Amino acid sequence: MSALLHPIVNVALLTMLVLLALGIALRRDLFSAAIYAGAFSMTMATLFLLLDAPDVAFTEAAIGASLTLILFLAAMTRAMGSEKIAAPRRLMPILVSLLTGAFILYGAQDLPPHASPAAPIHLHVAPDYLARTQEEFGFPNVVTAILASYRGFDTLGEVYVIFTAGVAILALLGGAGTAGARRRKP
Amino acid sequence: MTSLVFPLMVFCLLSAMLLALLRLFLGPSLQDRVLAANVFGTQSVLLLAALGFAGGRPDFLDIALLYALLTFIGTIAVLKFFRARAESESAKR
Repeated sequence: MSALLHPIVNVALLTMLVLLALGIALRRDLFSAAIYAGAFSMTMATLFLLLDAPDVAFTEAAIGASLTLILFLAAMTRAMGSEKIAAPRRLMPILVSLLTGAFILYGAQDLPPHASPAAPIHLHVAPDYLARTQEEFGFPNVVTAILASYRGFDTLGEVYVIFTAGVAILALLGGAGTAGARRRKP
Repeated sequence: MTSLVFPLMVFCLLSAMLLALLRLFLGPSLQDRVLAANVFGTQSVLLLAALGFAGGRPDFLDIALLYALLTFIGTIAVLKFFRARAESESAKR
């Protein structure tokens, strides 16, 4: 990407992220907040992709923009008519969020600059993976090689966790998603 | 001259995304918001495609196509939610 374009796109997308986050926090009805969260995830996924992390971007787009939205909507369908509207805004959660954000910003001061080749994470095992992936597997994406092959058992464990979570959610929702609410009617 | 085309396109797309965001915030009806969110998703897909070509990485196009499929799932979920809510409201009357 050209040097001129990159900062403009980043600033624009990050501004949209801040606007959407404020929208999620300030909206009073759940449905709009869920829609905003979907748009937020979409923007976040775009940013992840621009940071050259397509696997994280895929996860964000699949989980954040679609699956979480579906789960929110399914939960709202089950709780139809019992939504508490306009709870008063409380000071304490805002303070806790701001404090956490301040701590994260403070901690981020010590991080190496973005995409710096001298960062510690690029000096330990990464050169070894980069050298071996080409001759051992022969496909271009080293991240995929690490996740699916070098750390295959780790990824298998993650799949078990996600499967268990999926089964639990299906059990909670009654196995039929949003259709469950319609079945229950007298 | 051709080097100006992609930056201009990206700039236009970003402006359009901001406008969609504005509609998302202003509403006023729920359908407006759903449509705005859908347009916003489509525009981020287009933005990815444009950036992929601007940066000489046309493989972004595959990823952009996958995003388009994913936003479609979200829209279907929203429409099913509308139907379920309309049915529960007509049952109350």
